[in-house]
This record gives sequence, structure tokens and C-alpha cells, in this order.
Amino acid sequence: MNWEWDAVQDFMPLFWDGLWVTLKATFWGTVIAFVLGLIWAIAQRSPFRWVRWPVNAITEFIRNTPLLVQLFFLFYVLPEWGPSWSPLTTGIVGLGVHFSTYTAEVYRAGIEGVPVGQWEAAKALSLSRVRTWAVVILPQAIRRITPALGNYVIAMLKDSPMIAIIGALDMLGQAEV
Amino acid sequence: MMTRGMFETYFLPGVWITIQVTLYSALMAAVIAFVIGTMRTSQLWIVRFISGTYFEIFRGMSALVFMFWLVFSLPLIFQWQLVPMFAGVLAMGLTYGAYGSEIVRGALAAVPVAQREAGLALGFSRFDRLRRIEIPQAWPEMVPPLNNLLIELLKCTALVSTITVADMTFAGNLVRIGESESAPIYTLLLVVYFVMAFIITRGMRVVERQAKAGIGQAPPRTSFWEKLSLREPGGEGTTGAPSKIGGAQ
Amino acid sequence: MPASVDSQESNGQSRASGAELVRFNKITKRFGDVKVLDELSFSVDTGKHVTLIGPSGSGKTTILRLLMTLLTPDEGSIVVDGDYLTHQEKNGKLVKPSEKHVREVRKKIGMVFQQFNLFPNMKVLRNVTEAPRHVLGLPKDEAVHRAEELIELVGLSEHLDKYPSQLSGGQQQRVAIARALAMRPQVLCLDEVTAALDPELVAGVLDVLRDIAQTADITMLVVTHEMSFARDISDAVLMFDAGKIIESGPPDKIFTDPEHGRTREFLSTVLRGL
Repeated sequence: MNWEWDAVQDFMPLFWDGLWVTLKATFWGTVIAFVLGLIWAIAQRSPFRWVRWPVNAITEFIRNTPLLVQLFFLFYVLPEWGPSWSPLTTGIVGLGVHFSTYTAEVYRAGIEGVPVGQWEAAKALSLSRVRTWAVVILPQAIRRITPALGNYVIAMLKDSPMIAIIGALDMLGQAEV
Repeated sequence: MMTRGMFETYFLPGVWITIQVTLYSALMAAVIAFVIGTMRTSQLWIVRFISGTYFEIFRGMSALVFMFWLVFSLPLIFQWQLVPMFAGVLAMGLTYGAYGSEIVRGALAAVPVAQREAGLALGFSRFDRLRRIEIPQAWPEMVPPLNNLLIELLKCTALVSTITVADMTFAGNLVRIGESESAPIYTLLLVVYFVMAFIITRGMRVVERQAKAGIGQAPPRTSFWEKLSLREPGGEGTTGAPSKIGGAQ
Repeated sequence: MPASVDSQESNGQSRASGAELVRFNKITKRFGDVKVLDELSFSVDTGKHVTLIGPSGSGKTTILRLLMTLLTPDEGSIVVDGDYLTHQEKNGKLVKPSEKHVREVRKKIGMVFQQFNLFPNMKVLRNVTEAPRHVLGLPKDEAVHRAEELIELVGLSEHLDKYPSQLSGGQQQRVAIARALAMRPQVLCLDEVTAALDPELVAGVLDVLRDIAQTADITMLVVTHEMSFARDISDAVLMFDAGKIIESGPPDKIFTDPEHGRTREFLSTVLRGL
């Protein structure tokens, strides 16, 4: 075996393709993580126990188990039940859902950081629940958590190579067949 | 379902490998975290510079890519091969050590300046100040974020399966190919990881309790949900503001 | 007597001026083991200004927060303008109120908080127009017109376009007053509105409130430690101690010739500073 710089040269076009896939995965993963995380965070403050408890349980479970195994699960188990996605789609969904449980924590911290008086003032003015969230709570919460959310974009970028693993396994699988 | 033979030949040893990998990398990361973390609070700029550079390099590294590099590229340069498990432990120990150093540094920086000055006034050396005054006070603050980091590390160990270490994820994949049944095996895998994370959290709660009692602070009170929960307060950006609306006048 | 301490059930429901607007019926409220309010009953008539005084922890603020539905009572009922706030009548029975019912009744009540609680992400004008537009459904022009009038009333016309953080505490509190009034509430609750202000800013806020008390046709429920202010604007004063009303009457009587020993004691401590 030898270290050959020629190999690097041959690799460059592949590298650019790969980089493009990484960026694409990170982008769509981020979109899913930001939107779904917000939904989790709001559901965790639901006045109904039957909403809060399952959401807490699901997010705890996803957060505390490995993304790689979750990707395997999505890739091999999900087709048995119906949807059969490409490795890239599986990866993006897995990445997004996994990190949504982290962004949910960030949102939660941001929401709890909004002073109680803001909720009370909104209530005293009879603002509806939707209006209270949309114009009073979330604008204040999101302002203070933007940097923390940014950290998770970087974390997703670092974890996106995992998608390549299921992609590779997929190719191996096809070779076996 | 998974046959008994498969379970005993592959899965159980895999669980043991996962535990070992977690343990070794955690130990390595802990040593690095404390060394680099305390170095980063040094008064000497060169010490801060070296430790800071280490932190900046390794926290930006993707553990997976680093592992692959150690296993597949390093042999090309040095003409010798690392045992895959050692490569995995090395990659995780180095990267998680960098994350941990940030926790150690932060907790040390949060010890009131007056404590350091009191130590100086009593003539303690820098090392004695760290050992007898600063670290004991900072330690209880470090435990919750270190718990979060430890769980991240446990999750990260699944990656060693990709460099042919026969941990439980690797075993799971083998079983899937052997049995062509994927739902039960991956569900079991996820549940075992979750249970391990849960055990770690319970253990770290005990550590935190003792650490707080050791410096005369009241142990933290936990509600039912917090007991079940694996998330630790003070992980990232929690504000400690009351979570309920209303309250006493 | 405009405010009366009694325990009889609510009778007539006429809504003419001078009629009963707010009634607390045997309200009990506990925080853990502490009974903050103990079978408390009183009523406030339309257009009257009632001040609640008493040592801190005696339950005054709890009254306002119950009325604002920021808290719910453990026992008893609250009636506002003939409608139950704490219950809902269904087939002649009293049941737990729906969110919608509570919101309808609550629209009759406005509140100004000790900590102002302005929305920091909205400019002054929007703070005042937000609820009239989206809760009362006023068209934009009308809401803006109404807001501008009120902001002029509190003397802040030149600050319409500023964020709350750019204003002093006293100015913020005046905006909060305008914001509460913009909903045209029948009852205005003032919860120690000057307690969080620097001493030199208190007078400006109290002047605005005096003005409103004199000119506007609005019922007021006031918790304050500003005794001279209480004396100026009140029709009745209720003295609280340990979750009960121990004395009530017109301000002249309470402040000059209180009957209860606790009242005398309390007033002497509060007035000592003057």
C-alpha cells in the first residue's frame, strides 16, 4: 500500500459530488429539524396530558438512541410497512427527526425564558392561544435561541456522513443480489 | 424472530463490546477533558494556546470520518495498522475529550474569583489550588453536562460497527442478514441503547448527589418526570425560568 | 355602600349603573398548605373605585389574579356583570366553564401589572392595537385611532414608534395603562402599578390614573401601597389581613378613624414614611 496523491486527484470530482449531497442533506435535515422541533416543543406545553406524555416519551427515546441505528431502522424496517425511500431520503428524514429532538430542547429553553408576565399579559388581553404563540411568545423565544440552533446545523453537517453508510450498504446489498 | 443461537453467539457479545468501547473511550475522554480543560484556564498563554488549538481541531471533527481516517488512511502513511477497536476508542476519546474540556473549563471559570484569591492568600500552589479548591467546587456543576456528553458518547459507539468492530449494532446487522427479519432486531437494539443511557443517567444522578453533598449543598430535588427523563438541566442554554404560568402572589 | 362585605347569594342581575358588577362568593384559595383567601365574599358596584389595602401576603393580589383568571379558586364562585367567571350555567346547573366562556367574560376585565409586561417585540402603538384588532376584531384604522387617543391621554404621543425598551419604567407603565384601556373593559384591575418604579417616576403614573378615575366611567379594583392615591380615588377601601377582609368603608373613615386594631397598626407603618 502506498500514499498516492494521484488518488486524491481522481477523487476530486467525486468529492464535489459528495459535498453537494452533504450540503443538500444538511439543508433539508435542518428544515425538518427546525419545524418538527418546534412542533415537539409546543406539544410539550400542551395543557393535555395525553399530548404531553407521548411526546415526551418519543422525543426522549429518539434523543437517547444512536442516529446510525435509527437510520438502519428507517432503511430496513420501514419498507416492510410501506414507504420505500432512497438512502438519501431516508438519511435526510432520519437526520431531521433525530435532531428535531435536540432543537425541541432549544425551543423549550427559549420558550421558558420568556417571562411569565408575557403569558399573563396576553391572557389579560384575551389574546387567543394561537395569537399568543405567534406574535408574543415565539418572536421573543426565537430571538434568544438563534445561536443555539446554529450549533445544531453544524452538528448535523458533521453527522451527515452517516447517510453514506446506508448508501454503501445499499450498494453492497445490490451487489449481493 | 431472532433465534436463540443468533442471540447468544452474536448479540450478547456485541452488548459486551459496546459496553467496553463506551468505557474505554469515556475514560480516555475524561482524562483529556480534565487535562485540556484545566490547561485552558492557565495563566500562561502558550499553555492556553496549545490546549485551545487542540480543542478547536477536535471539536470540529466528525468522529465517523476521523475513525475511517484512522483505519483506512493512517496505515497508508505509517505502514502499520491499528486494531479497529483501538482506532474507534482513539477517535472517540480524542473528540469527546475536546467536548468535555469545554465543560471542565466552563465549570472552573464559574468558580468565584474570590476562591482562587483565597487559595493564593493561603499560599497554595497552582496545582494544589486546582486539586483542593477549584475542582471540588466545580465538579458538581460538571456532572449534568458530562452525563449528557456520556450519553452522546454511548450513541457514538454505534459508529464502530462501520469499522468492523463487532459491537451490538454490528451484531444487529449480522442477525438481520442471517434472519432476514429487521423490525425485531432493530427495535431491540434501540431499546438496549435506551436502557443503557437510562442506567448511565441514574448513575450520574447518584454521582451528582454525592458531589453536592460533598461540598455541603442540598441534593437537587427531582419531580416524577425529571426522574424518568434522561435530559439534564443546564445542558444547552436552559434558563432555569419557571415553566408554569402563574404562581403565588 | 358601594362595596360590601357579606355572604348572601347574588340576587338581581340588573346591569344599570350602580348595580353590582363584580361579586366574589365565599372564595377560598390555597397555595399548598397556606390558605391565602378564606371564604372571602365581597362585591363591587358599577362605576365604583375600590382599593384593597393590607400587609403583603394578605391576599390582595390574589384577588386580582383570580378575577383575571390567572388563578382559579379552590372553592367559591366569581360573578362578573351577571355571568359566572368560575362556572358556566348549563341546563340550570353550574359546571366547569369552557375556555370560550371564560374568554367572553374576561373581556370585560382589564389589568395593569406591577412589572408592566409590555410585549418587547412590538412598538408602543402595536402593543396597544394588538388586542383590539385581533380579539375585538376592530378594523385597523379604528384600532389605531383608539390607540392614538389613549396614548395621548397618557401623554406619550411622541413615543408611538418606539420599542418598550427605549422608554423609562414610568412611560412603559403608562403605555400598559393605555393598552388595558384600549379593550374598553368594564373593570380595570391595577396591581401595585407603581411598586416597580423609581420614586421620581411614580407621580407621573399616579397623575394619569387619577385623571382616568375622575373622567372615565370605569369600575376600578386597585391594589396599592400609595395611601394618598388610594384616598383620592377610592369610593371604598377594603382592609385585608390573613386572607380575610377585616374592615371596609369609605376612605375618610378607614384612613382617619379605623375601627380595627390591625388596620391602625398597618396604616401607621405605611404612613410613617410620609
